[in-house]
Amino acid sequence: MIEWINVLVQGVLLGGLYALFAAGLSLIFGVMRLVNIAHGDLIILAAYLGLSTTIMFGVHPFAAALLVLPVMAIIGYVLQRGILNQTLGPDILPPLLVTFGLSVIIQNALLEGYSADPQKLSAGAIETASVNVGSLTIGILPLLTFAIAVAVIAGLQWMFYSTALGRGFRAVSDNQDIAQLMGLNKAHVFGLAMALALAVTGIAGILLGIRTSFDPSIGGGRLIFGFEAVIIGGLGNIWGTLAGGVILGVAQTIGAKIDPGWQVLAGHIAFLVVLAIRPNGLFPRVQH
Amino acid sequence: MSDPILSLSKLNAYYGDFQALYGVDMDIHAGEVVAIIGANGAGKSTLMRSISGLMSNASDQVRFKGEAIGSLRADEVAYRGLALVPEGRQLFPSLSVEENLMLGGKVGRAGPWSLDTVFELFPVLQERRKQASTSLSGGQQQMVAIGRALMANPEVILFDEISLGLAPVIIKTIYDALPGIIGGGMTALVVEQDISKALEVSSRVFCLQEGRVSLAGATHDVTRDQITAAYFGVVA
Repeated sequence: MIEWINVLVQGVLLGGLYALFAAGLSLIFGVMRLVNIAHGDLIILAAYLGLSTTIMFGVHPFAAALLVLPVMAIIGYVLQRGILNQTLGPDILPPLLVTFGLSVIIQNALLEGYSADPQKLSAGAIETASVNVGSLTIGILPLLTFAIAVAVIAGLQWMFYSTALGRGFRAVSDNQDIAQLMGLNKAHVFGLAMALALAVTGIAGILLGIRTSFDPSIGGGRLIFGFEAVIIGGLGNIWGTLAGGVILGVAQTIGAKIDPGWQVLAGHIAFLVVLAIRPNGLFPRVQH
Repeated sequence: MSDPILSLSKLNAYYGDFQALYGVDMDIHAGEVVAIIGANGAGKSTLMRSISGLMSNASDQVRFKGEAIGSLRADEVAYRGLALVPEGRQLFPSLSVEENLMLGGKVGRAGPWSLDTVFELFPVLQERRKQASTSLSGGQQQMVAIGRALMANPEVILFDEISLGLAPVIIKTIYDALPGIIGGGMTALVVEQDISKALEVSSRVFCLQEGRVSLAGATHDVTRDQITAAYFGVVA
């Protein structure tokens, strides 16, 4: 019995990481209806940026985040205004193709720059530290990851519904022309949304790099997990994204408990089941 | 006479290969209320889109306070003091009534209009400030759309078909509020299919027909027959 409770708890905590993968995707899709195929590779890019920062300055990965996050945000803004804004229009295909191309470019650039060797961010004692809760042993790092995910999602929720910036995001998402009439330059608003999304991606990349080893080719898998979390939770619902991540995480740990080879498969099956029963996700956007 | 606040010279507008406006000339002076009338497809909304920057034109085809604004983006035009109440209200469904209004004030121009003064003009909106904008009746939504444009404290306000789809009693309420808006010296362009309403509030009138100005004059000078001829292109 306790074994299964353990599986459940580990799965929930893993779900925090998946929610962080998904939050950026969800934000981008919500504001500008852009499906970013390069999202997973951007997570890995952030992990490598973290790696370079820790090596160059000899700092802890958490300190490296202070540099990686703003750098990712700047990359996001420039990417959006320089390239992606040109692809947005009534046709959804151009942004898909361009971000797919971007994904290939990032992967190959990382391969060129860092080789295919697996890398890892070394965070010291925190990686193996744990607390005992009853007869459960919970890792500090997964716990921290989950807490960060909740904080990030609460922050995004607050930003979206209680700030002028969020009001701008929602207005542009509703009606780009009329938002423009209100003095919102949509090109700039989209740039800010991508900057914010990639800053969140920066957090996800660093936590991923501490948790597991990574190499340039694993971005695609993270993209799938992110997508699945978004779809399970329901498009356009930020808290739903956390729930989606948790469901995906729990499904994976349960799968792994039954047979270690089933971890990823179990996650995909859970996703397909949700898609079959509730095509709009469990918590689709509340209609105001 | 002083320089016009808004002036259009030989304004042409296109949707792809289709030309919607042909060399429209118009001078609007500060404080005027000008009616733009015309049948469906005459180019009234295209005119509004061109002035507000939603459609891009040659730079000097639209001048605002002497500055060529024809090729500016809509947000740049908004910051210069020109606001549009769009046809069909077009509120932001994900924003509450109050948020819609606050977004209108984003350009941050100084002037008499604020949340308080808009609520004074349309008291019903105050009670519903926290509601989703789509939960209001059509007339109330129109009040939000007008309030939203006023929040920018524009010097020129464009009303595009504000009576469209509303019950006559609601139209009356909205038009009764107009003097309170333009009494403060705001310049207004009123686009209407409802000719009598437009003539009632305006001092000058332009009639568009198939993208061209077919009639222009002081409201009290033009006759019904002239309007009919200019509106339909046939002599009654």
